[in-house]
Amino acid sequence: MNLQKNSYFCCENNNNANVDEFFKPYLRFMKDLTKKIAARYNNDPTRLMDILLDLHEVQNHVSDDQVDTLAKILNQSGASIRETISFYHFFSMKPLARYNIYLNNSITSVMRDRQSVKEAFEMDCDIEFGQVSEDGQFGLFNTSCIGMNDQDPAAIINGKIFTNLTPYRVHELIKGLKSGQALDDLIYENHGDGNNSDPDVHSMVYNHIRKKSIILKKDYPFYEVLKTKLKDVSPEDVIHKVEASNLRGRGGAGFPTGLKWRFGRKIEGEHKVIICNADEGEPGTFKDRVMLTEYPEMVFEGMVISAYATGADIGLLYLRHEYKYLLKFLNRKLDEMRAIGVLGKKVAGISDFNFDIRIQLGAGAYVCGEESALIESLEGKRGEPRDKPPFPVEKGYLGYPTIVNNVETLATVVKILYHGADWYTGFGTKDSLGTKLLSISGDCKFPGIYEVEWGTSIKEVIEMCGAEEVQAIQVGGPSGMLIGVKDFNNLNSNELMKWYKPSGMMIAEKFFDRRLSYSDLPTGGSIIIFNKHRDLLKDVVMNFMDFFIEESCGSCSTCRNMPFVMKNKLQKILDGHGVRKDIDDLLSWGKTLKASRCGLGQTAGNPILSSIFNFRHLYEQYIQSLTDFDTGFDLEKSIQASAKFTHRKASLHSF
Amino acid sequence: MNQQVKIRIDGQEIITERGKTIVEAARENGVFIPTLCNMPGVKPKGACRICTIKINHRMMTSCTTPVADGMDIENNTDELNDIRKSIIELLFVSGNHFCPACEKSGNCELQALAYRFKMMVPRYPYDFPRKEVDSSSPKIIKEQNRCIACQRCMKTIVDEDGRHFFAYEDRGKDLRVVLDPILGKEITDELAKKAMENCPVGSIIYKELGFHEPIGTRKYDKEPIGSKIES
Repeated sequence: MNLQKNSYFCCENNNNANVDEFFKPYLRFMKDLTKKIAARYNNDPTRLMDILLDLHEVQNHVSDDQVDTLAKILNQSGASIRETISFYHFFSMKPLARYNIYLNNSITSVMRDRQSVKEAFEMDCDIEFGQVSEDGQFGLFNTSCIGMNDQDPAAIINGKIFTNLTPYRVHELIKGLKSGQALDDLIYENHGDGNNSDPDVHSMVYNHIRKKSIILKKDYPFYEVLKTKLKDVSPEDVIHKVEASNLRGRGGAGFPTGLKWRFGRKIEGEHKVIICNADEGEPGTFKDRVMLTEYPEMVFEGMVISAYATGADIGLLYLRHEYKYLLKFLNRKLDEMRAIGVLGKKVAGISDFNFDIRIQLGAGAYVCGEESALIESLEGKRGEPRDKPPFPVEKGYLGYPTIVNNVETLATVVKILYHGADWYTGFGTKDSLGTKLLSISGDCKFPGIYEVEWGTSIKEVIEMCGAEEVQAIQVGGPSGMLIGVKDFNNLNSNELMKWYKPSGMMIAEKFFDRRLSYSDLPTGGSIIIFNKHRDLLKDVVMNFMDFFIEESCGSCSTCRNMPFVMKNKLQKILDGHGVRKDIDDLLSWGKTLKASRCGLGQTAGNPILSSIFNFRHLYEQYIQSLTDFDTGFDLEKSIQASAKFTHRKASLHSF
Repeated sequence: MNQQVKIRIDGQEIITERGKTIVEAARENGVFIPTLCNMPGVKPKGACRICTIKINHRMMTSCTTPVADGMDIENNTDELNDIRKSIIELLFVSGNHFCPACEKSGNCELQALAYRFKMMVPRYPYDFPRKEVDSSSPKIIKEQNRCIACQRCMKTIVDEDGRHFFAYEDRGKDLRVVLDPILGKEITDELAKKAMENCPVGSIIYKELGFHEPIGTRKYDKEPIGSKIES
């Protein structure tokens, strides 16, 4: 089937009757396909994501005609359908290529010479990024962090992950594809470790588990809590145990899990929903990837336990599109669970406990990691965060009370119930109990997953992963903060701190004694290390700002516009046109972002704000310290060329 | 259950009913909280963020937050007013708003708010983005240069089957509100006029009627925005 022809069908009135006649069967095929796929989901508009995903699976885009067909079937306007399609990174209205290459542009990728990999792709495919080749063979696209920071630069090609790319490897890949080799054959023969070699995963991704503690240690026979313990404890007891363990949400915000479940239990609803948030999009985190590869049993078991505790009957796991390669494997695990009676009807032999889990694939949007945006996406809409109140636990998925938990949180619950809350509270610090999975990447010898006890200092983290000449550490991803050495005391920190809602920070040497904990350095687990040779402003901060500009849903006027305005100002400074006032402007402009609806918007200025706060000396290097005002335009310089040709010297008046 | 709740806005005590939003309660009691994306009777979606207030030092949008007993609300403070003004400026620089030539001048809420907040020159550099004008519908023009993506048309212009004429497209900086090409061709006179009316700016223009009412005699020419509520 030549998919390129499809764009042809966008024209409404076609005069060329022959051509029209020729493609008629194809047109009908497309229409029937759309109808068939929609029927698979009972023509339910809230399953639009699945309908679109299935369509993309067959033909890698949705045509205008198909949008119209869908609009009719789902009784919506075409514009509403396009609203969803155009929102997600991996959906397209234009025909894509046979091989679509999405090259990750996260900072860890950039640090490992993404540029030369990008150039190699462009040279070999003979197109630029953002284009599809004329013969329809290759499409090159940029994409935000794909959760492979420990093996960057990485790319997704037709759903398959290719890691540790080099120009040589790119030549090999493209050559192979051009000569007709299958993608699967181009994956190195020895697959990744552990379940990455499972026939249903079949990927070259490595887990890189470097340090195991109480959660990752395989001292636990899977489903043991479900099989033996659950029927002897009441839902109240389960909640009580989780509360006693003081477990807090591991996604970064740290909301007490027991309390969330208690709310969920209390609120009445026709149905109740448990959602596992596996949409880890914060650049630098990949712990969920590893959890879902090696410990999916524990994650699902945690979901069943939380359903039991809260009285939920619907289970959903929202898997980010980048981890699609795990989908088949995870579905197999769910089937296995159903077969042994720990999922489905009468779960774990408890007569009135029915609970099943469905995996919903995302389609590429960082903001969907925000729980209410995730719910919107689950309902087939664009991932736009909701206003709170009401909170999801009051009114969530399809209006039902909904409890959203992180992958790591759910796995932790299983161990807590197995070993007991007392055992768990023996680890960590007073205010932050237990352990945390860290995703460490960047300039270090051993990037990967480290399970550390809360209270571990940054210094220990550095030693653990073998990092040297460290300039700064980003804890908590781009939405975090940047803390540095110089000029720290010259600023009124209280004044500034008011504006931060740090979900992490970038930390410099002076503060390496700080400890990971909810009271000092709370984090979702993303740790990126920058050595002394990195340009923090030009490379890191700019990369983070681009990320926020790309990933904003755009609903709030603040987050839609401000990161772009701030980035331009930073560019002005980096271009040497900055004056002292520009730095102050950035600080005061950033405040407006705090009026945004969700965490993405509120933290979208943090890369700039916190780098000024902590690395002000870097900004000072660029600005013209003696000038108060710079127009960003140099008249003398811009007429130089014409002056040269006309052999005339301009006499400029300065005021 | 007691339906009455007591809230305080900038120290002023207001007695109102449960279920109302803060904006509604405030306006009924002579306190003006500026809004753009909010419309009475329509489910709010805090999109413009101009009605941001502070409760317990936390910023919230007053159009989406229901009143609760004992709420202590900051509204008319320098900090919040500066944020509101900066949002208005942000909307001006991120679009192409040329008031003197605009059919909506005088009836435009963005313009009226800019006057209220005494905006002279935006603090941000103009972006002058290139935007499309969609005049494919026989009844209306969708002028993207002036759109502030407030969602008002998206929420209110719906046909009898519940299908939406307007929807978002794309995301982030490229976000725009578009008119459905098929429904747009069939839009009724009544809905087309309603769409123009509901648009707070001049992004939806009913064709051939732009300057029916002379500039200078329009809504906010006569009464600055908020003056009716505050009087």
